[in-house]
Amino acid sequence: MLLTDADLQAIWLTIRLAGITTLILLLIGTPIAWWLARSRAWWKGPVGAVVALPLVLPPSVLGFYLLLAMGPNGPFGQLTQALGLGTLPFTFWGLVIASVFYSFPFMVQPLQTAFEAIGDRPLEVAATLRASPVDIFFSVVLPLARPGFITAGILTFAHTVGEFGVVLMIGGNIPGVTRVASVQIYDHVEAMEYADAHRLAAVMLIFSFAVLLAMYTRRSPARKAA
Amino acid sequence: MKRLSALVISLLAAAGLQAAEVQVAVAANFTAPAQQIAGEFERRTGHKAVLSFGATGKFYAQITNGAPFEVFLAADDTTPAKLDKENHTVPGSRFTYAVGALVLWSAKADFVDAKGEVLKAGKFNKLAIANPKTAPYGAAAMETLSRMKLLDAVKPKFVQGENISQTVQFVSTGNAELGFVALSQVFKEGKLNSGSAWIVPGELHEPIYQDAVILAKGKDNPAAKAFIEFLKSPYGHAVVKSYGYALR
Repeated sequence: MLLTDADLQAIWLTIRLAGITTLILLLIGTPIAWWLARSRAWWKGPVGAVVALPLVLPPSVLGFYLLLAMGPNGPFGQLTQALGLGTLPFTFWGLVIASVFYSFPFMVQPLQTAFEAIGDRPLEVAATLRASPVDIFFSVVLPLARPGFITAGILTFAHTVGEFGVVLMIGGNIPGVTRVASVQIYDHVEAMEYADAHRLAAVMLIFSFAVLLAMYTRRSPARKAA
Repeated sequence: MKRLSALVISLLAAAGLQAAEVQVAVAANFTAPAQQIAGEFERRTGHKAVLSFGATGKFYAQITNGAPFEVFLAADDTTPAKLDKENHTVPGSRFTYAVGALVLWSAKADFVDAKGEVLKAGKFNKLAIANPKTAPYGAAAMETLSRMKLLDAVKPKFVQGENISQTVQFVSTGNAELGFVALSQVFKEGKLNSGSAWIVPGELHEPIYQDAVILAKGKDNPAAKAFIEFLKSPYGHAVVKSYGYALR
């Protein structure tokens, strides 16, 4: 194998982080996207803007706020300490929380678009057939929005894999805990280990390309069929 | 009074004629003194020093790949020597501008004792160090811990900063109760800025020689040479010492 054990550890950690983040965001993001797609409340606009914030905020801003908020003197840090969980920076779960914030729009926005595309009609038809709202969601909305879920899941996973700035600011670079692949590459470059950096960087490049290729090739036949 | 201001204006104008700009890459631990020196340098010579701060290893990668830096103030002596060997510098311009001191620091008052016994007691949540692979202060911290035979005991509590500035940030925000940082970052005019600290005795690690060098890109820039000369001047030396560095 060309990659060192430390590199493989970093890759495995990255996959775990991205996988858990994607699962959590599926659970949190789906109801929010649904509400954004259906609601006519005046505060839909502000909520949509907050959801989109991580798209434009520099990761350093997010990392800085998270470091202060989750630290021992921050509001969130005081809460976790009161619950006996200690503080979250420098832990795997701290990274998960940071990634949930960081990748939020990548889950919510494709889902929102998919929900909006369904329109009112299928829901009304289902309602006249006396389906309960829960039933409608699981037997009508979910199947119709499936492509949206797949896109959202892939984008969220891939975007979390590509996370760097936030992890650098709150991770503390601990092997096996917070040293993800992007940080490992950065370390290799700084330590002038260019050969190691090349190998891991190539893995990341191939992975990213494969993910996007899968997404785009899956998408284009569907459009031809329509 | 009028005559004096006329004199000042003509002097400024004269300085303006030859004033040049120099791009300086500065090791993160030297941030504060470099800013002070650059400010005074501009007042006295009219030249402007544009400073960039970061990890020495990162600067090496950038310089060897064509970064526009003209002067490099590194955190060690090996990186400038390496650049010298690879013909990225002006030969003969390399010298040690500061000898660094390592300090065990906490943002809390009375947390660190005068002998660093707090490390042995182990009653702290995290110990922040700079990445030992890339930051000389991180390497010195590792050496100190291994000479104190504490390395294995404290290793599970390590958190690593990308460079020495981030290491200070981990400690100052309270996320790590202890950290090995550069004395210059927490010290000014002979006393600590805040918190508590143990200045690590020099015999516990190899001396941290910090070398400066004029890079190939600064070969024909008078401001690059002037900046190096200013660093060696009595004023430059006084600033370096006031931040707790020694001179070689």
